[in-house]
Amino acid sequence: MKSDVILLGHGSGGKLSHDLLDNLIVPTLSGIGQRDQNDAAVLAAPNGRLAFTTDSYVVDPIFFAGGNIGDLAIHGTVNDLAMAGATPLAISVGLIIEEGLPVEDLRTILESMRDAAQQAEVKIVTGDTKVVPRGKADKLFINTSGIGVIEHDLQISGINAQVGDKILINGTIGDHGMAVLASREGLELESNITTDSAPLSSMVAELVAQLGSQLHTLRDPTRGGVATTVKEIALQSQVEITLQETALPVDQSVAGACAILGLDPLFVANEGKLLAFVTPEVADQALRIMQSHKHGKQAAIIGEVTAIAAGKVRLQTSIGGLRAIEMLAGEQLPRIC
Amino acid sequence: MKHQNEYRDPKLARLQLEAIRQTIDGYDGSMTFMEVCGTHTMAIYQHGIRSLLPEQVRLISGPGCPVCVTPVGFVDQAVALARRPDTIIATFGDMVRVPGSSSSLLEEQARGASIKIVYSPLDAVALAEKHPDSDLVFLGVGFETTAPTVAGAILTAARKKLDNFFVLCSHKTMPGPMAALAGDPELQVDGYLCPAHVSAIIGANAYQSLVDAYQVPCVVTGFEPLDVLQGVLMLAKQTVAGEAHVETQYRRVVKAKGNLKAQQLLAQVFEPGDARWRGIGDIPNSGLQIRAKFSHFDAATQLHVKVEPPVEHKGCLCGEILKGKVRPNDCPLFRTVCTPEDPVGACMVSSEGTCAAEYKYGT
Repeated sequence: MKSDVILLGHGSGGKLSHDLLDNLIVPTLSGIGQRDQNDAAVLAAPNGRLAFTTDSYVVDPIFFAGGNIGDLAIHGTVNDLAMAGATPLAISVGLIIEEGLPVEDLRTILESMRDAAQQAEVKIVTGDTKVVPRGKADKLFINTSGIGVIEHDLQISGINAQVGDKILINGTIGDHGMAVLASREGLELESNITTDSAPLSSMVAELVAQLGSQLHTLRDPTRGGVATTVKEIALQSQVEITLQETALPVDQSVAGACAILGLDPLFVANEGKLLAFVTPEVADQALRIMQSHKHGKQAAIIGEVTAIAAGKVRLQTSIGGLRAIEMLAGEQLPRIC
Repeated sequence: MKHQNEYRDPKLARLQLEAIRQTIDGYDGSMTFMEVCGTHTMAIYQHGIRSLLPEQVRLISGPGCPVCVTPVGFVDQAVALARRPDTIIATFGDMVRVPGSSSSLLEEQARGASIKIVYSPLDAVALAEKHPDSDLVFLGVGFETTAPTVAGAILTAARKKLDNFFVLCSHKTMPGPMAALAGDPELQVDGYLCPAHVSAIIGANAYQSLVDAYQVPCVVTGFEPLDVLQGVLMLAKQTVAGEAHVETQYRRVVKAKGNLKAQQLLAQVFEPGDARWRGIGDIPNSGLQIRAKFSHFDAATQLHVKVEPPVEHKGCLCGEILKGKVRPNDCPLFRTVCTPEDPVGACMVSSEGTCAAEYKYGT
């Protein structure tokens, strides 16, 4: 790599493109070796059902407290597979790079992707790189697709929440959204809020192995936060859900920053959290599984499915009042006073 | 959040609710209290306070959301300024979604205008310094809580001798609109939960003339649920006793005379002027205008743009809602034509608007 910034020529398909691939991207994303650079990755067909997902990452800024767009992309795709109860097998990476991106930034992001994939025990097997003129993209966009295998017969689905189910979350809410907001806006908060971005496939594997069919629904509450995700599940399963405000784990710094900006942590994005709906009989066991995992130490039971109803979600507030929960409308904007 | 959890204690909340029940026990009739602050409105919805109060006690929302009471014409003027070449509009977040007659700042941004969301007026001053070839227009919207910070920004810009920093000013003041509503024969307000942040600046004494003129109890109240419940209890006690005073529930912050330094800052940069309140109309001396000494920072007089005549959406009941005469569910557009994704009126746009709160939290 002679240039220290990405040039349009790095996306030309010619010598510079090969230079970028051979000297930076392929060696860093270790799932593929140079000799394997064919038009498609060839994977052994696994036993069981396949799960397939894709997502695009356009986060601004591309570096934020505790992570960057690269590990976020891997975690996001790993978690989407895990929420179907699948074990991640292979991931593809599409990079859309804006001309002028410092090569050093790209290197850091690729290394984060490699580390995240290794941690989640998934291989990056294929990819694509495009370079667009300055101003036609915002530094770097990443698309990742993932394939996972479902080796069990469980039907883990958003339509499977049942009356009586307890709802668990594996830790504090709103950390990722506030970390990105703080980095984007240069907010000087008293304490550093870092993203919770993390791979949850090993936690899901434990839950699946130990709870079996008592595990009904898994979903990662990313954009729109816990409130929007719970509402989605209530609508999909046609049930009424009641959450307990006092049970919701919220980091004090996140709560403080939200209070200052007039945001509700229930609607703020997470990237290393999952919601699990389990039968009441195994709720405590599920809690122990989560709490013994490194990404679930602050896990909590936050509510339950209370009735068959057309997608109603209610929050019992700390003072005993009841209020409705709807999906996030548009973006949460800081209040005016 | 030590200072938050203390005011959300469920046991203390139950005691306050019991005290409210005992106070109104035997009282013949209902009582309607108006909260005059968007943050109160959100707190009441967010904590489900209405669901806990006895039926006799009714809470209604007043004109306390600064975005909601900003007239369409102001948004149109901001949109027209955003269309000027080499102009950057800096604003607090909520304003970008407010629909004007035919566009919003968010739509103008999509068409190429430069719109920046800032968290402090000083951030807007910094933007002006960073972009010396552009005119930076900050949208001065808000009550006495935000206006001192805008005054501070204007003084900072003056000190830095910036010639590209401007404020489009639509600041408003309390308690003028409260008096206008107290005198409205169609509206029955038995007491006011007076705004906390505003009162921290203007002081509790500012409501005395309102009490004297209309015999309406006023309680300056904080934003946590226990604050609101105690404020309601204090209003209920006055109502049952047939009395009307100014009381301060929020003593940990609000003083009788307020924040004199902030008041001086306001007086230095602004002078009282008539203001148009969306849904209410013109109220004399309820606005703040930039003084002649600082008129070179006034976007309205310095940057000339052609503004379309304002058009209000037919059927939108924002005005009646802001006066507390109707509830969001009474508006034919609510939840159908008017939603947070596609708001018609400002009450749905602002996160502190009554309709947005009802949409988000109403059962």
